[in-house]
Amino acid sequence: MGVLEAILLTVITAATPLVLAAIGELVVERSGVLNLGVEGMMIVGAVTGFAAANATGSPLVGVAAAALGGMVLSALFAFLILFLVANQYATGLALTLLGLGLSGMIGEAYVGTPGVRLGRIDIPVLSDIPFLGPVLFSQDILVYLSFALVAGVSWFLFRSRAGLVLRAVGDNHASAHALGFSVRRVRFAAVLFGGACAGLGGGYLSLVYTPQWIEGMTAGRGWIALALVVFASWLPGRLAVGAYLFGAVMILQFHAQAAGIGIPSQFLTMLPYLATVVVLVAISRDRTRIRLNTPATLGQPFVPDR
Amino acid sequence: MRLELVRRPEQSRRMAMLSPLLAIALTLVSGAILFAALGHDPVRALGVYFIEPLTTSWSVQELLVKATPLVMIAVGLAICYLSNNWNIGAEGQFTFGAIAGSGVALSLNSWDSGLLLPLMLVAGILGGMAWAAIPAFLKTRFNTNEILTSLMLVYVAQLLLDWLVRGPWRDPGGYNFPESEVFSDAATMPLLIAGSRLHIGAVFAVLAVVVAAIMLGATLKGFEIRVLGQAPKAGSFAGFSRTRLTVFAFLLSGGLAGLAGISEVSGTIGQLRPTISPGYGFAAIIVAFLGRLNPIGILVAGLLLALSYLGGEAAQVSLGISDKITKVFQGMLLIYVLACDTFILYRPRLVRANPTGEAAHGRA
Repeated sequence: MGVLEAILLTVITAATPLVLAAIGELVVERSGVLNLGVEGMMIVGAVTGFAAANATGSPLVGVAAAALGGMVLSALFAFLILFLVANQYATGLALTLLGLGLSGMIGEAYVGTPGVRLGRIDIPVLSDIPFLGPVLFSQDILVYLSFALVAGVSWFLFRSRAGLVLRAVGDNHASAHALGFSVRRVRFAAVLFGGACAGLGGGYLSLVYTPQWIEGMTAGRGWIALALVVFASWLPGRLAVGAYLFGAVMILQFHAQAAGIGIPSQFLTMLPYLATVVVLVAISRDRTRIRLNTPATLGQPFVPDR
Repeated sequence: MRLELVRRPEQSRRMAMLSPLLAIALTLVSGAILFAALGHDPVRALGVYFIEPLTTSWSVQELLVKATPLVMIAVGLAICYLSNNWNIGAEGQFTFGAIAGSGVALSLNSWDSGLLLPLMLVAGILGGMAWAAIPAFLKTRFNTNEILTSLMLVYVAQLLLDWLVRGPWRDPGGYNFPESEVFSDAATMPLLIAGSRLHIGAVFAVLAVVVAAIMLGATLKGFEIRVLGQAPKAGSFAGFSRTRLTVFAFLLSGGLAGLAGISEVSGTIGQLRPTISPGYGFAAIIVAFLGRLNPIGILVAGLLLALSYLGGEAAQVSLGISDKITKVFQGMLLIYVLACDTFILYRPRLVRANPTGEAAHGRA
């Protein structure tokens, strides 16, 4: 295997949890809801995925449990912000705090337990293509799912009627409501989808990236996913590009350490966090562009009146 | 039948008082269920968790020790949140304040002077302010989302601390432990009660509460914070500057978090370590909301959250329950607070399914 091939493989591995979590949050935000609980949903997905795979011996059950774990937590969020009209910022934060707490408690029994690794699936014929084959077509099911989600969400948002409704709800909930669409139902579905995606992103960490349970193993990836959605101007294609760039930044630290550059590891570990800040600054300085792309009712409460 | 929310003509004062109490009650009920699910007698477990820590004078002092940083940070955060500035990186400002103050202490560790401690505290405050100034500057100058930048800087500050105590600031005589030298007496906060761990940081926390209560309740600045937070346009017409207020709120909360950080290191720990906080900066967010963003309320809420830390330790010792349950309680509490706050502004009403209702013609 060539060096470039190996590097691309590790970039995909580092980026996939970000793609999964961020594509879900993109749909949530397109519907006008800002869920700051991505980090919490991811870490709960990581622990439920690990626990289920461990109990059944089947990593696929783990994948399903990861999605379910994130979804259950997101349902709590949806109930609070949609039906109790709670503050979205504060509720998202609460979700992250609760998720980190719950995962620590559930995961305590699994510290040091060897995990079950999700295997690779070679796609016949395609995986034999030189270079591209091993990189794109000899991956695990979650990587394929992440590719499919980017394409699928892009199609859904801009080519399907339901996607149009979702964007309408996000851009003007009062009008969408007046037209007879159920704003809360659309948003509820979007939040659940986002929760499942975040859970899968977490599950990728505990089933593939480092197949074991480590407390706080998401290490801020949920927040980086939130930043990626802004970076992508709420567009799925750009989001994928951003996620792979961040994956590259994340694995840069391993290669730099291996190469023996005399930079302390802590500074290399800071890179993704600093890169997030830099990227956010670069993208937000253009106020017009941000205003054009941000779903117009993002973060605003909605109470149906009649 | 379904539940519907009807907006009240004005905020319910009664609910505003009741909501935190209701949230606490709901947390206790959920806690009892959780303990029962873990196979413990719920009444005894709740007793161990929430009552036992209040029964000895040592643990009551310990309660005040833990409430000190929580209250100090939360007062600053409340002013941020009231003015609609979402600083969630207090943990980072706490850490960087501790680093800055400790830098002074460690470089002057042999200087036996009464000036050393004040100098450290000022450095801690400035450190916290500097760390908070970054998201404030980026927000006001480049329109950057302060939630994400302030949070990212938490990781950066923690990694910086980790590097310092394992690298340049590691105690050469410390058997290779990742710890700095122990602070000299001159660099240690004076104790309020000899023999306890309660230091004068607690006085700073109370002072912060008093000053913030006066500022919010009786000054033009307090009015500005509320107006710009609730109605930015009205505030702008009144001649208030959002930019200036954002900078003010961040510097104030960063400074308080920095003061809390150096107070904790100098008063409670006595040296720098890789981890200097059990998540005070995040728990303070809960304190701020539980205290209804009101300084006096925050004082009470800070004590309650401090109790949750102590209760977690007690439950681990007496019942063998992991102290990880602390964070579950804290998260649950915030969820319930936010849920109960709904009823300050809205009144629940049961309605029969209505053919002209939203449910009937919702298509999506």
